[in-house]
Amino acid sequence: MNRSLRPLAATAVIFALAYAASIFQFPGMFSTRVLGNFLTDNAFLGITAVGMTFVIISGGIDLSVGAIIGFTGVLVAVLIGWFGIHPLAAFAIALVVAAAFGAAMGAAIHYLEVPPFIVTLAGMFLARGAASVITQDSIPVTHEFYSTVTSTYWLMPGGGRLSLIGALMILVFIVGALVAHRTRFGSNVYALGGNAVSAALMGVPVARTTILIYTLSATLSGLAGIVFSLYTSAGYPLAAVGVELDAIGAVVIGGTLLTGGYGFVAGTFIGVMLQGLVQTYIIFDGTLSSWWTKIVIGGLLFVFIVLQRLVFSASSSRTKTFWKLKHE
Amino acid sequence: MKLKRFSRLINPQSIALIVVLLVNWALFPGFFDVTWQDGRLFGSLIDVLNRGVPVAILAIGMSAVIATKGVDLSVGAVMAISGAVAATLVVDGYPAYVAVIAALAIGIVCGVWNGVLVAFLEIQPIVATLVLMVAGRGIAQLITAGSIVTFADPVLIYIGTGSFAGLPMPVVIAIVLLILSVFLVRSTAVGLFIESVGVNRAAASLAGIRSGLLLVAVYGFSGFCAAVSGLIVAGDIKGADANNAGLWLELDAILAVVIGGTSLLGGRFSIAMSVLGAIIIQAMNTGILVSGFPPEFNLVVKAGVIILIFTMQSPLATRFIEMRKTTRAVARKAS
Repeated sequence: MNRSLRPLAATAVIFALAYAASIFQFPGMFSTRVLGNFLTDNAFLGITAVGMTFVIISGGIDLSVGAIIGFTGVLVAVLIGWFGIHPLAAFAIALVVAAAFGAAMGAAIHYLEVPPFIVTLAGMFLARGAASVITQDSIPVTHEFYSTVTSTYWLMPGGGRLSLIGALMILVFIVGALVAHRTRFGSNVYALGGNAVSAALMGVPVARTTILIYTLSATLSGLAGIVFSLYTSAGYPLAAVGVELDAIGAVVIGGTLLTGGYGFVAGTFIGVMLQGLVQTYIIFDGTLSSWWTKIVIGGLLFVFIVLQRLVFSASSSRTKTFWKLKHE
Repeated sequence: MKLKRFSRLINPQSIALIVVLLVNWALFPGFFDVTWQDGRLFGSLIDVLNRGVPVAILAIGMSAVIATKGVDLSVGAVMAISGAVAATLVVDGYPAYVAVIAALAIGIVCGVWNGVLVAFLEIQPIVATLVLMVAGRGIAQLITAGSIVTFADPVLIYIGTGSFAGLPMPVVIAIVLLILSVFLVRSTAVGLFIESVGVNRAAASLAGIRSGLLLVAVYGFSGFCAAVSGLIVAGDIKGADANNAGLWLELDAILAVVIGGTSLLGGRFSIAMSVLGAIIIQAMNTGILVSGFPPEFNLVVKAGVIILIFTMQSPLATRFIEMRKTTRAVARKAS
């Protein structure tokens, strides 16, 4: 097997084992109904995590995604509820605003040479604050378009429902994987994450790529915000608090290296599904409390980070010499 | 010598604080009134200090961590854990000193865990501390069994709301901690060691600094500061709220350190300036509250401050200033 696919395989095996163990304990979990709900309940997280995968492969991090989800949710609800704009037009406006926001963050990261962590932190404050300035309350969305979308689903064999937003998430993952592995932009992202200086020397347009990466992440977060507003039929400024951590967790569990230059969009999908599995298991069990989700996800994060460390320090001889040098 | 010391007090941070305080005074004329009542000081200024303490104490530990080119995202979660431990222990009937010592010890353990991940497994700090940031709040909820544990222990409440020599107890604790840590890093070689590890860890190791041990100690210190902060917050509300104690304070602490002028790239830090940064943040918060804006407006202002600071510090701005200087010099020469 290709060595570079190992972390991806490890994640897939762990997911399969965990799912098999859950089914062994609760046979009811083996149904397309549960799988359908996995997709619907985690659609917004999955869509955000695709953008986060690109950011992390490029060696950056985006802390603003949760806040952008909250902001677009409020923006869409306000445009529909207060100004009577058709939802589709409101979606388009929200996506453009999110994209512009991301482009501004990317430009700040590149031209001001500020760490991505700080720029997106400022972006998080800005988006969350702007949403709260627009409204403090949850704004319900009552439009027939919303009820049509939320009641549209494909019946899978076994009675499971593949909702429109669940299908949208799968589509985003497929397109994301194609962009990452089959386009010039995708190669540039990997090159940038591998080593920004040599990427620039090889002729990778660093400025354009950086700006595009954060634009992509913010646009996908905007899309996730729209999905979240469809999912909850409301816009709330404090919606999706902490989703940035879930998304980073999904990406890391999916085998993407946090130092950049290495990772898979498909792995992120498994990471999202694994988080969904933990939540569903806790619901099925009934005696475990919700805080176990956080502890288990923290534990998984730890296991995968250590695993990455071991796999990569074993394969790279340069780290070994450095290690020796230090300890002799 | 005296002049030099005085000129050190005139820096952008102090000027920023004075400007913020003057704006507050303009918005709320009674801002500078301080009264003596029931054996302690009262007033908006004292309030700014008192409310700023949790972030100020976090910023003390965070400065040292950032100086090693790291960052500690877990401090908010550690605050929740330490508050939860102290509250649960006193409710179970243990004496207050046991609860305080246990809470501080747990904080140090959390910090040492982060330090081991960073120093010996060589995981990036932002990722290593993310693990505890995610799991820590779950652990705190596990300790309190998901509820807000309220207590009536006089000692713990005194830590959060009491007063000593006229000043609120949290402020006294912060001042003591500040003096001790400044003494530790500036009167011994520890500060130099921290800075050298931040500049180049490999070089520092080759020069004979036991960088691994030092990193563990620095993260342990940050965990200790977070635990102190958690005790103060728990004492203040007479309860431990695993969900909300210290929520997002890690970001405020990082912001305080950045406002204080410590470089995120490591190697240069000032604990006193970070504490000043925390007070500036709190003065802005108070200003927004007294002027009647919704508290969420704070976030927008904070974002604005971050952008402003980094635009000023950026190489682009430096180059621009250099360019203007040279053109001026050239013009002067020509004339």
